[in-house]
Amino acid sequence: MKKQTVIELRGITKRFGTKVVANKNVSIDVKKGEILSILGENGCGKTTLMNMLAGIYYPDEGTILIRGEEASIRSPKDAFRYNIGMIHQHFKLIDVFTAAENIVLGADGNDKYDIKLAKNRISAMSEKYGFHIELDKKVHEMSVSEKQTVEIVKALYRGADVLILDEPTAVLTPQEIDRLFEVLRAMREDGKSVIIITHKLNEVMAISDRVTVLRKGEHVKTVNTTETNEKELADMMVGQKVVLNIDRPLPENPEIRLDVEGLSLMGSEGNMVLDDVSFSANSGEILGIAGIAGSGQRELLESIAGLHHLQKGSVTYYNPKKDKPITFYHKSFERVMELANEGMLRYSDGRDFTGKDENGKMLSKKSIRAQVEAGEIFFKEDEVINLREKTPLQIRELGVRFSFVPEDRLGMGLVGNMDIIDNMMLRSYRRGKSFFVDRKAPENLANEVIESLQVVTPSTHTPVRRLSGGNVQKVLVGREIAAGPRVLMAAYPVRGLDINSSYTIYNLLTEQKKNGVAVIFVGEDLDVLLALCDRILVVAGGKVMGTLDARMAKKEEIGLMMTGAVRGEEEKQEGGSL
Amino acid sequence: MKKEPLIRLVKRDTLSVPKVVLIYAIAIVVSLMLSALICSLFSSKNPLAFFEALFNGALGSSRRVWLLLQDSALLLGVAVALVPAFKMKFWNLGGNGQILVGCLAAISCMFYLGGKIPDPLLIFIMTVASIAAGAIWGVLPAIFKAFFGTNESLFTLMLNYIATGLVAMFITIWVKSGSGVLEPLKAGNFPKLFGNRYLLTVLVFFVLTILMFIYLKYTKHGYEISVVGDSPNTAKYIGIDVKRVIIRTMLISGALAGIVGLFLAGGIHHTISTASANNMGFTAIMATWLAAFNPLIMMGTCFFIIFISRGMVEVRGSFGFTNDSVANIVIGLVYFCVIACSFFITYRVVFRKSNTKNAEADEVKGDKKV
Repeated sequence: MKKQTVIELRGITKRFGTKVVANKNVSIDVKKGEILSILGENGCGKTTLMNMLAGIYYPDEGTILIRGEEASIRSPKDAFRYNIGMIHQHFKLIDVFTAAENIVLGADGNDKYDIKLAKNRISAMSEKYGFHIELDKKVHEMSVSEKQTVEIVKALYRGADVLILDEPTAVLTPQEIDRLFEVLRAMREDGKSVIIITHKLNEVMAISDRVTVLRKGEHVKTVNTTETNEKELADMMVGQKVVLNIDRPLPENPEIRLDVEGLSLMGSEGNMVLDDVSFSANSGEILGIAGIAGSGQRELLESIAGLHHLQKGSVTYYNPKKDKPITFYHKSFERVMELANEGMLRYSDGRDFTGKDENGKMLSKKSIRAQVEAGEIFFKEDEVINLREKTPLQIRELGVRFSFVPEDRLGMGLVGNMDIIDNMMLRSYRRGKSFFVDRKAPENLANEVIESLQVVTPSTHTPVRRLSGGNVQKVLVGREIAAGPRVLMAAYPVRGLDINSSYTIYNLLTEQKKNGVAVIFVGEDLDVLLALCDRILVVAGGKVMGTLDARMAKKEEIGLMMTGAVRGEEEKQEGGSL
Repeated sequence: MKKEPLIRLVKRDTLSVPKVVLIYAIAIVVSLMLSALICSLFSSKNPLAFFEALFNGALGSSRRVWLLLQDSALLLGVAVALVPAFKMKFWNLGGNGQILVGCLAAISCMFYLGGKIPDPLLIFIMTVASIAAGAIWGVLPAIFKAFFGTNESLFTLMLNYIATGLVAMFITIWVKSGSGVLEPLKAGNFPKLFGNRYLLTVLVFFVLTILMFIYLKYTKHGYEISVVGDSPNTAKYIGIDVKRVIIRTMLISGALAGIVGLFLAGGIHHTISTASANNMGFTAIMATWLAAFNPLIMMGTCFFIIFISRGMVEVRGSFGFTNDSVANIVIGLVYFCVIACSFFITYRVVFRKSNTKNAEADEVKGDKKV
């Protein structure tokens, strides 16, 4: 039996700016009474494609046919006229209104705003599909799942025959997911078409009739769910291995630099964003972190950087200071005394330095300062620093040389309205006792970074928000590397960058690795992770799925682990140190 | 077919400084011409007489010029007080209250200590008291914002009413006659500088403005204020203690407003009423925004605002308007045009089926229509 085609996309292309191609020549169709999954990694253009059906974007090329006729969907209102409703990832509801008010709001129709009539209609609809909905409950009192129900009912109330759900299960508990799937199946039986945007393979297998796989904006294939399996889908999703020409020397004398044990972090919604995460990062090595976006990578790095209050776990930093003189460059006087009291320090001839003279009398502050400044005081062992519950400032005052390139460049790493010079001094402006800021050194640094990384900018006085994404990233990475880190954490440092800029960044990271820096690299492109990193930590849903040797690992293996379907064999290869 | 909308707004790249100045100049001229028309409509006078009266009111005599300068300086003082908070995106709407408590503190010193201690000592105590009072009024909402996340706009706004209430209470205590008006106090009056009673005020606030400019632009504190204001997440990431910066900045902001109160008490009125702040706490918000939070430009915006309002007093008299309404309409109109023209600095208006040249022309036309 051949089902009737409701929607047909023909050769759809959508570009953002001149460089980013979100969708390229995509042709798919949606049939009446089916559940279609749109599967792909983050950033592969799933949501963009569906937004064009919902009237959020307008395609640059290609045509959309709805029930056989060419359609022009210029606004969400147009979409509803074609009976298409989309439930976005971030719900668009009014918090202080009740469910019923939200559903009726903005609905077309000649009948005036008649809440009673509307309620009857909604109740009838709920019964038909098996919704549980309290119509008089205010949205701000609802759970995420209830809000989602309201969104679905809202779309149906406006007469949607085609329902698009963007990552509907991301915020639901397993029980809620089951209930949602029942509703979706009921709608399918009723002849409606449902499109689910997802990257979870098990859900695709559980609910959909057909799967469309997208990769890097292009349509890979559409297959019947019954004729495929998770592994094949994962392969299609991540694609064939691309050979990337990235120089990858073997790590030299790797030493443990950062040790994370049993780290757990609760999210704002009360869910565990990080759940018992343990790993370690070594000097002279790039540790890649792979995972579907939103699996806790961001929170992990932020936790290490001291930006979150942890529920559980420890973060320990090993400072390679054995037999090296202590200086005031990275340490405060108080910290020196603390270390002296802990018996961590010695004189060059091996005697203990405790801040006291032979008779057990306290040395004066002045003489201690003089001894330290003369380089007479040495560390006995590597310094072990506990970073848990420390603020970023405290971490720095302890002399921990962390650099962190956060995911949200302009929101967290840089200040958009400030010029390049002012952004360069974010890390260093406190230096010195002067009340005034010194812009000389940052200006030199800005010029250095602009030259060495070939930042395209009108001048050093240009606000960074005016620079292109790649140049913004170069400014940020340049600053973080200039700080001379021992641990460099970078989250998606090449996102949005063209191929040349990306390679500049890869080379910078490799260079840091050669200098003995422990590099932690959160990436989304598996090919890059496999070519650049020494070890790869795979996370899914805030849990560590395993650590792999990047020189041996297979892309498909990682892909499967990322979806949470398979746990990696722990203790495998040299990753056993974890 | 997808139709292009009739009117489209396109965000501009930065305009050159002369162009920006030109757009503002056009807006001011257009608004004044409109004002002249309105005023002559409501009376039988020639529109040109409007300009004569306006300039006469603001600059007509040397006393008027000095009053213009003094009032501009006071408003500038308030703007200077508000600007560090605003740069930090801390919306301090409590200027009035902070001025009032500063003024009240100074008047209290004058009332209770006047005649008992020498004037220089009294003036010193007044200064300390005013600054402390203003700082307390400023730091209260900052503490609550920093530690409990309260909304600073509402908090500072509410403190205005408490300040007004306090002033009313003290006047009731001090004035036994029941007139409700505190007679000017003789003690603790600021000395004349070179025989000029306006000069001291003008100089002090001029210097404070320069200092604030330097503070915001060249000091570590000023740098931290910008980071916190622009991106609190970056501040956190870089290890700036956001709470500390908020509290420190509001101490400064409140203290400066307190100094304006001090000058109202010791230098100008020598008395206090619930309206002593003359609403400068709000007028100065305008001045800071128009100046894009740059203290040096604020000198110009404050001068302009006071120029218009002093000039309108004369227009009102010479045009025979018996109430404030027409004057308020005009002031409102001028503000409106000046603020609205910033729209044309940020956006370009593009009409359908028009080439770029036409679009430019339309845009200038649109500007005049404001």
